[in-house]
Amino acid sequence: MLQVGLYHFLIISGILFSLGIYGIVTRKNAVMILMGVELILNSANINFIAFSRYGNFGLNGQVIALFVIVLAAAEAAIALAIVLNIYKTFANVNVDEIDHLKE
Amino acid sequence: MNFFDIIFYLFALITIVSAVFVVTTKNIVHAAFYLLFTFFGIAGIYAMLGADFIAIVQIMVYVGGILILLLFGVMLTNKITDVEIRTGTIHLLPASIIVGCFSGAVVAGMIWTDWRIIPGEIPNSTAKDLGHLLLTDYVLIFELLGILLLVALIGAASIARREKE
Repeated sequence: MLQVGLYHFLIISGILFSLGIYGIVTRKNAVMILMGVELILNSANINFIAFSRYGNFGLNGQVIALFVIVLAAAEAAIALAIVLNIYKTFANVNVDEIDHLKE
Repeated sequence: MNFFDIIFYLFALITIVSAVFVVTTKNIVHAAFYLLFTFFGIAGIYAMLGADFIAIVQIMVYVGGILILLLFGVMLTNKITDVEIRTGTIHLLPASIIVGCFSGAVVAGMIWTDWRIIPGEIPNSTAKDLGHLLLTDYVLIFELLGILLLVALIGAASIARREKE
């Protein structure tokens, strides 16, 4: 059990995924919710690379992980632009107080 | 336990502990800096899985790009005159219970599943083979991602631009 194998990496990724969900559910600030999303994307990446290594899939899992990283970068840029716009309109970014589309 | 295992547990400890701090600390700037350690720990885990190129990309894109973006987001959306930049939390108890159950279910499912393990060889360097794969088997997705990044860049700039008075 102490010998590190596929299961250890899967457990790490499962714990990271749950922590990301916890961050998304409990935080009010939109930027903190983005941090939770980043944790979830990273846990998915660990799964991709772990299965690619231990399932004899060659490098295909690593290519997909690369694509996930690119998508995460695009997502962070767009989301922060939206957050800045929300701050301009409402003067705060607490997602539980923002409940209409136009001021 | 050999050297590999010790290094793995070290990286796992860094990753999990700093991720816990990210989702529990009240100060947003502290959360962003704990996220730095999480990303470094995950890069180490990638390197242990034989994905050296992905580990470097993780450090460059996440630490050099996304984390800086998040810090800009924090700085631009809070009154900088406040001494402490804090975030509120809601539904702490029900969220803890549900996420605890969910986490247990996910981890139990991963442990009890009988995965078919065929360890491949760890190549010396993955950058060359990744480049070949990107320009042969995955060339369509590669080009689409290029277009997507361009669109995201223009879209983000036009969304965040200040309106002319």
